[in-house]
Amino acid sequence: MPAVVKLEDIHRIYDSGEVKVHAVRGVTLELHKGEFMAVMGASGSGKSTLMNTLGCLDRPTSGRYLLDGVDIAGLDRNELADLRNEKLGFVFQGFNLLSRTTALENVELPMLYGRRRISHHDMQERAEHCLAIVGLADRADHFPSQLSGGQQQRVAIARALVNNPQVLLADEPTGNLDSKTAIEVMGVFQKLNDQGITIVMVTHELDIARYCRRNLIMRDGKVVSDVQVTDRLIADTELRRLHEAEAAAKLTA
Amino acid sequence: MRLRSTLTVSFRALRRNVLRSLLTALGIIVGVGAVIAMVSIGNGAKSVVEAQIASLGENVLLVFSGSFNQGGARSGAFGAGTLTVEDAEAIKREVTTIIGVSPEVRTSAQILANGLNWSTQILGEGADYLTIRVWPLSDGVMFSEADVRSVGKVCVIGQTIATQLFPDGSAVGQILRIKAQPFKVVGILAAKGLSVQGQDQDDLVIVPYTSAMRRVSKQTMLRSISVQASSPDTMTLAQNDIVALLRQRHRTAEGSDDFTVRSQVEIAQAATATADTMTGLLGAVAGVSLIVGGIGIMNIMLVSVTERTREIGIRLAVGAHGREIQLQFLTESIVLSVLGGSIGILAGIGASELVSHLKGWPTLVSPTAVVIAFFFSAAVGMIFGYYPARKASLLDPIDALRYE
Ligand SMILES: Nc1ncnc2c1ncn2[C@@H]1O[C@H](COP(=O)(O)OP(=O)(O)OP(=O)(O)O)[C@@H](O)[C@H]1O
Ligand SMILES: [Mg+2]
Repeated sequence: MPAVVKLEDIHRIYDSGEVKVHAVRGVTLELHKGEFMAVMGASGSGKSTLMNTLGCLDRPTSGRYLLDGVDIAGLDRNELADLRNEKLGFVFQGFNLLSRTTALENVELPMLYGRRRISHHDMQERAEHCLAIVGLADRADHFPSQLSGGQQQRVAIARALVNNPQVLLADEPTGNLDSKTAIEVMGVFQKLNDQGITIVMVTHELDIARYCRRNLIMRDGKVVSDVQVTDRLIADTELRRLHEAEAAAKLTA
Repeated sequence: MRLRSTLTVSFRALRRNVLRSLLTALGIIVGVGAVIAMVSIGNGAKSVVEAQIASLGENVLLVFSGSFNQGGARSGAFGAGTLTVEDAEAIKREVTTIIGVSPEVRTSAQILANGLNWSTQILGEGADYLTIRVWPLSDGVMFSEADVRSVGKVCVIGQTIATQLFPDGSAVGQILRIKAQPFKVVGILAAKGLSVQGQDQDDLVIVPYTSAMRRVSKQTMLRSISVQASSPDTMTLAQNDIVALLRQRHRTAEGSDDFTVRSQVEIAQAATATADTMTGLLGAVAGVSLIVGGIGIMNIMLVSVTERTREIGIRLAVGAHGREIQLQFLTESIVLSVLGGSIGILAGIGASELVSHLKGWPTLVSPTAVVIAFFFSAAVGMIFGYYPARKASLLDPIDALRYE
């Protein structure tokens, strides 16, 4: 089976005048359909830079990136935008929802810019479906300011899902969430992954990484470790365990 | 993205900040409103001038003493009297392309009837006067050529005189005293109303010019001579003939004439040219405020682009093309300016209505001005919204997302 994502010796050098920052120094990796990878590493190790490259938001300084067999180096600005719209879903570090727009309208956003024409009715239906997947069907007409951090993050996930992407990219999706909400979000990811969506996410937390299938560790812009997870955690089980522990704590207290 | 969603997004963005949108559009509202109001007032003035010129009569040539370039200096029209009754008679006799002549003298006098007192203007005219002026009578008849020749004590009166001095009606046949001399009322003029200058055009008494000169004011010179050409085509010919005739009689040459012959068309052109200049000037001043309004829109759109950099980043990241972002912001500024323009048009019409109501000035809302103002405001939105929209469309998605 051909790789969905193929990186060959990717470098990214930020050149902001006097200093040059070599953020990614030669990353080579392949991702196949159905993989679920966590990218870890110290702050400044180049995780976000790599994710932006994967998400076609940024072009590598050198190296080759094949998405679904297509070399993105040959695509112009608009073609990259179409690629982001159709094949990729991006959950940003720090939600990035449109603030004065309802959850539903936020989720509809990528469909507005799709090259395929979708009727207003279908758009709404699909957005509602995606909100249901992340468990927010009853919050469709709430504004981001009326939602908790975890709920906002889930709206962002629903938005990333709405165009049925091949790859879901998430930069620290659990970064500002408490551990229970974080596990809930991981549960959503696991469910999507079970349906065959390829997922790459950045995290700082080792125990969150254990919900993924593959762990990639970066240091100074290089991959230093790339292993399959052996003792994978299942979000549903962990949540149930957490529930029981809470109940027990209340009983004893 | 389809036009409808672009419009929806733009309206949403504008609704979010109603006060700011309104204040931004205010520049356009004031600009368009001023243009519409000014042009309406100017047009109103022009239409009245035109109506007044038309009421001068049909194919009328006006001969008056004085010249606009006597010895290089301007001596006003109707200056020192140089026209005589003989001049008028000569014109009537020798110029073949005319069908009516009316020598004119004017004076004001105290008149008396039914024990009522009134101070008014007395016009001494020929029997052709009302035909030349196309001024119908509402009652009675005009005095005749015979009355003129016999220095008759007859008169035709305006509506104001009729209502003031003969409140019981039936003024025809009654006696009116002008400077204590009895004049018989033979006709009553149809009402004309106020002039542009606000003068009552019905407050006058017309008597034969011979009677005016000998019985009322003892004048020997004419103020002017009204001449009616036989058709519009013969106006120029008649004008040239009259000038030639008077030059011969007065022994003057071009440049030193002591009289002036003006056709109705020339008078109309001069008057409407003044009104046009005024309208143009007022319109230009108002147009400048439209430009200022456009700069206001550009300013706010630039602020808006900066403020919404993250939003732009999000839209680009989920697949918006730069062109779509540009279209969104351009639509926003056009919607803003067109909305402002529409409100401005209504405000301008309202303002001109108010002016005509309060000040009594005639106003005339010009549909052309409304259409031009509308498209001009759309153009202002397009021109001044282009740069901010272009700026937004060129943002890099990553930079825009990272923007605080
Ligand atoms: N736009 C930029 N211009 C210049 N340097 C940059 C830019 N973005 C990132 N860098 C630099 O590149 C390096 C990698 O940054 P990156 O954001 O990829 O780190 P990270 O692994 O995501 O860190 P964190 O865990 O804190 O999010 C850092 O040294 C950073 O300073
Ligand atoms: Mg990062």
